[in-house]
Parts: sequence; structure tokens; C-alpha cells
Amino acid sequence: MTTDDRLSVRRTAKLFIGGAFPRSESGRSYEVLGPGGAVISHAALASRKDLREAVVAARAAFPGWSGATAYLRGQVLYRVAELMEGRRAQFESELAEAGAVGPARGVSAAIDRWVWYAGWADKIAQVAGGSNAVAGPYFNFSVPEPTGIVGIVAPADQALLGLVSRLAPAIVSGNTAVVLASEPHPSPAVTLAEVLATSDVPAGVVNVLTGRTAELLPWLAGHMDVNGLDLSWCPADLAADVEAVAAENVKRVHRAPDVDPFDARAQSPYEVTAFMETKTVWHPMGA
Amino acid sequence: MTDIEQAAPAEPVLPAWEYAPAPESTEIVRLRETYGLFIGGEFVEPMSGVSFPTISPATEEELAVVAEAGQADVDAAVGAARSAHERHWRDLPGAERAKYLYRIARQIQERAREFAVLESMNGGKPIKESRDVDVPLAAAHFFYYAGWADKLEYAFPHVVPRPVGVAGQIIPWNFPLLMAAWKIAPALAAGNTVVLKPAETTPLTALLLAEVIQQADMPPGVVNVVTGAGATGAALVNAPVDKIAFTGSTEVGKQIQRAIAGTGRRLTLELGGKAANIVFEDAPIDQAVEGVINGIFFNQGHVCCAGSRLLVQEPIFEELLERLKARLGTLRLGDPLDKNTDIGAINSRAQLTKIQELVASGVGEGALMYQPPCELPERGFWFAPTLFTGVSQSHRIAREEIFGPVLSVLTFRTPEEAVEKANNTPFGLSAGVWTEKGSRILWMAERLRAGVVWANTFNRFDPASPFGGYKESGFGREGGLHGLEPYLHLEGRP
Repeated sequence: MTTDDRLSVRRTAKLFIGGAFPRSESGRSYEVLGPGGAVISHAALASRKDLREAVVAARAAFPGWSGATAYLRGQVLYRVAELMEGRRAQFESELAEAGAVGPARGVSAAIDRWVWYAGWADKIAQVAGGSNAVAGPYFNFSVPEPTGIVGIVAPADQALLGLVSRLAPAIVSGNTAVVLASEPHPSPAVTLAEVLATSDVPAGVVNVLTGRTAELLPWLAGHMDVNGLDLSWCPADLAADVEAVAAENVKRVHRAPDVDPFDARAQSPYEVTAFMETKTVWHPMGA
Repeated sequence: MTDIEQAAPAEPVLPAWEYAPAPESTEIVRLRETYGLFIGGEFVEPMSGVSFPTISPATEEELAVVAEAGQADVDAAVGAARSAHERHWRDLPGAERAKYLYRIARQIQERAREFAVLESMNGGKPIKESRDVDVPLAAAHFFYYAGWADKLEYAFPHVVPRPVGVAGQIIPWNFPLLMAAWKIAPALAAGNTVVLKPAETTPLTALLLAEVIQQADMPPGVVNVVTGAGATGAALVNAPVDKIAFTGSTEVGKQIQRAIAGTGRRLTLELGGKAANIVFEDAPIDQAVEGVINGIFFNQGHVCCAGSRLLVQEPIFEELLERLKARLGTLRLGDPLDKNTDIGAINSRAQLTKIQELVASGVGEGALMYQPPCELPERGFWFAPTLFTGVSQSHRIAREEIFGPVLSVLTFRTPEEAVEKANNTPFGLSAGVWTEKGSRILWMAERLRAGVVWANTFNRFDPASPFGGYKESGFGREGGLHGLEPYLHLEGRP
């Protein structure tokens, strides 16, 4: 992409775990191919151990992120949009390399999606909770709370907008996430991780693993400290086995409605509540 | 509180009253000798040709013989539900569906005494509980969800609500009628039809409810009831239903989640619990004692949200323990149909064995068991109210759901430690907090990873109040607006 004579400095694409950018502990990487089949870069090939490290980082980040004020979480998500705007050219070029049609539109929609979900941070409780008129002298109210750690399978295509459409609603409520990036097109997810690292998103709130979905997903689904699983983009041949191991700790398994990520229905507060628990509190009333 | 109590702390607070027997008459209940399956609006003989006796756990006497539905019977019930859904129910205006549900609510109220007596006969729970809690709440549930049937468009913003289809519903034996109401009412309000499988040991009030539904002129097949044990439940899980709703053990819940993996069918699970009931040193002590007793001995402790782990702040440990022991001594165990009874029969021999085994493990692991002097009837299944002190978090009695009248007492020093201990379990269904400090209640409520938090009360239920678990206590909510969501497709408006 350089226009001068100098040799460009290439990026080493790494994992994003606990706010740091390690290589895979396995020392493995894999070739990322362009539309023509040529090797355009390499990505880290995450291992089971990398995945466990990511879950540990996500758990460590959960109390702080879920305990932050909703106003703060909203501002942090908005900040992600701000910084993505500054990296537009890079995202567009990576999407173009991934063979995406109209990459600029995809980047714009992804940025706008962060802004849209950022605004839900301090509104979802009013839409999804409230007081309940029980038949007795009690004050009774319900509040939605984040589920915990959410494992997310990013779509193979729509490597940016598709991923943001799953990630933003999961974390805006206070969940932390472990993301399996698009296997064929990991670069936009790696760049997004670099944006997140500089966006005031606390370390560990989002962890991004690149590698083989079929290799990593069963371990993510079976991990006893993962509470929810977004299988909207789970490859069909893996779904039954993955859901079966997810039952081991009664994970919440979610699939978003099957709509085009550009469709207005692809963003919804119900995608936020999909990984929230309703807590109901009772207290007697009396003088 | 008084000098007398302090001087003799182990004595009961009240003098030991003698109670004359006050049995509720069973004449109001007209038991049939045999019960068929309720399929397509009729009571039919099972194709399986198999039936089983159902008994009173208080006397071990046979009450009736009930059909055991096999796969063919379950498939027939699902077929009837499918047909009713597609031909009639899903297209019926919500206001009409509402009126059917209101009818059912009113008929349960009209026949409340009959339902209560039958519930206590078949399940062993004290008549004062079935009369004052189970049956009124069951009616209230139908009344509450009736009102939603024609207001679904207002429940969830910016979506088009559509029923899921046929729901397979599997319920436990601890609140047989109430759980049937929790399952059936929201499903029907949302426009679904249902196949309900009551628990093996407590089928009779669900069958009486089927009779009520029949008399309400409910279109045939909208509600079907298939009785049987685990195999019948498995048949229902494997049948072509669109949604499974299960209340029961975490172990079976996981089996169901595995069984339907990859099928795309909807699932809600309301599973086990090991709730912490947390008493701070500034708690209103009289209310706390009553709340702790209610929390674990309500319904013999056969309650998924029972306050089975008592966490007491150290400065009041001795005082609270003495008061609890004294209160245990005043609990009246015996005939479920006696209006004075506090603790009825254990629901089944199998459950009694499980309780005995876990209590033995508590003794074996070194906890100190206390039981008040308590005479157990010769026949039937009984277990004396029990509490353990010297319990550590690793003991089985502190980790596993006992589902019986057994309280494990632990202590804590700081609010942080209370939260840590309360949340140190794979479960997350409920929790209790007792303190006079309002800010501490809210601080605790925010940190407890449980679906229901009772502050200065315990074991309260209401149809408008969402109920359900965190973590391995399951997912999905029953009650309130939230309870409709599992029974609806919420498609975004274009």
C-alpha cells in the first residue's frame, strides 16, 4: 500500500488476551488467503491453552466491567466508534482483501452499530426491567444483569460488521467476551482488537482468538467458566456437538434472527437481553 | 429479648401447647379408581396399556391408578396439540383466549378446597400451605396471564409477537398444581398449545385441572396431560414439540439440554438451588428466625429456592442458633390434612432415602446434627426438622441440593465474605438477606448472583414477579411479562 520507495513494515497479527497481544503459546500460525488464493498474510493459530487464558482474562475483567456505571460503559463503546473512524482506511483495505463487496459501507455500518449499542447501556434496564405489582405489602422490582462470560463465534464472512453485531450487544450490558474471529478473514478482527486496546475498554473485557473454529469452539462451549454462547454464526456441522457440551454448565445458547447484518433488524435490544439475567428483589413495606 | 428467654435460651419461646387434631375432611374430593390420559379434550385409556398406582405419602395408601403414557400416547397428545394450534388456537383473537384463561382461574377458585385437599393427599404437603399458597397462587397465575393474552403487542416493543407452537412441559412434584399453572397459563396466553407431564408421584391435581379445563369448554387439544415417570418425560422431549419447559433437577435439566442440542427447539429450565439465607447482626431477629424457618421448612424443604444454607454473622451466631433450635421444637410434624401441621410428609420413599443419605454424609463429614424431639408417624415417609452446625463449604450438605427439611448453618464476618460464600455454588436461584440497613440490602442484592433476592422476607411468590435462575439453576423466567418471552417468537418489525 505504500507509495514511496521504502519497504513497508508489515504487521504481525497476534491474539488479543487480557489486553495484551501475545502470539499463540503453541507457536503456530496459519496462512490467510486473498480472493485469488494468494497468501496475503499470516494469523496466529490459537490453541486450547490460549483459549483457557482468554477465559481467565475475561473472568478477571468481569467484576470491574459489570460493576462500572452504565454511563461509563456507554462512553467506552462510543469511544470504540470514534477510534474505528480513524482507522477506516485500514479496515476498508482489509475487507477488500477479504473479498467484501463495498467495504466502505461495511465499515460505516460497523461504526454506527457501536454508537447504536453504546446508547443502550443506561436504557436497557428501563426497557427490560421495572417494578412488579405483587399482591401484598412488598416492593418488588426486576433488573436485568449481565450473564457473565460470553463466547462468540464471528461469521466467516462479514468479518467486521458481523462480528461487531454480535460483540457490541454482548458487552454493553457488562458481560465480558471471548471471540473466535473469522477463520478465513481474521485481519479485521485483529485490527478491531487493536482499536479496542486503545479505546478505554478495560483489559480482558474482549479477547480475540484467531485460528480454527472447529478446533477451538468445542473447548469454548465446554468451558465451565463460560456462561453464554452466541452461536448465531456457528458452522452447521458443529452445532449439535457444541450445544451438547454447552449443557454441562447450563450455558445460555443464543442465535440471533437470520437477517442481513445491514438490515435494520440486525440491531435490537433483544440482542442485549439475550445475555442478561433477570434478577427480582422483594422487600416488605411497613412503617 | 426478654430476661426469661435469656435465662433459659433453649426453652421454647412459647409454652408447649397441646393441639387437638383438626383434620380437614376429604369428603370433598371425589377420587376415581382409575385415571386415563387427557388427550384431545377427552380422558382416554393409554395405548401403552400400562398404569401405576399413586399413593398418599403420609399413609402409603393407594389413592388411584393412573395411566402411564408411552411414546405412542405422547405422540398422540402432541398431535392433538399440533392440530388444535394450527386449526384453532393460534388464530383465535387474544381476547377470546383470555376469556378461557379467566374461566379456568375462576373455576380453580370455586373448587379451591377440593384442589387443596387433593394436593395434600397426593403430595403430603400441609393443608395450610396447599390452601393458602399453592391453590390461590395457581388461580392468580391464570388470572394474571389471561390479561396478557390480548395485550401481547404491548409487551415487547418493536416486534411482532408470534406463538412458538406446541410446548412440552415437564413439572416436578413439589408444587404440582402451581407448577402446572406456571407452565400452562403463559403458554396459552401467548397462543401456544401444550402437552403437560406431571410428576410421577403427584398426578392427581393436574388431572383435576384437566377436568376443569374440559368443563371450561376449552377447545380439544389445547391442553393435554400425559402422566408417567421419567420415560414419559423423555418421550415428550423427543416428540416433535417446538418448545420444552422443564422444572426439576439440574441433572435432568442438563440431560434435556443435551437431548435437544442442535434441533433449534426452544428451551427453558428451572432447576435446582442451594440458596443462602444471610442474617446480619443488625437483623430484626424475630422476623429473621421466622424467615429462616419458613425458608427451609416450608413444604418440607421440597423447594428449589429453599434457604438451605444459613449464613449468620458471627456476633449473633449463638443467639440465633438458640432461637432456631427453640423454634424447631415447636414445629408440628404429622398429618398433612391437619390444619395445625407445619411439616407434612416427605413426598416419596425415594426422596426420603436421598435426604437420609445426604444427612448421613453430613454426620460422616463431621458436621453437628441437631433435631428436636419429634415423634414420626409409623406409616408414611417422614423426616424430622434438622439443622447442622459446624458445616464447612466443602461439605456435601453445603453444596448439594437436599430438597428436604435440613438446614446447614455457616457463619461469616463481613458483607464481602457473605457474598463470597453465598455465590460459592454452581447454583443461583435465590438468596435471602436480613438486615435493618437499607443500603446494605441493595449492596447485597446487587452482588448476589441469584434470580430472586428476598430481603427481610423469604419464599414469596406472585404471578407478576419473574422467577428463575442464574448459572446452573437454569435459564428463562416464569412470571410477569418476562414469563411470556419463552413462549413467543419476537420478530423485529421491518
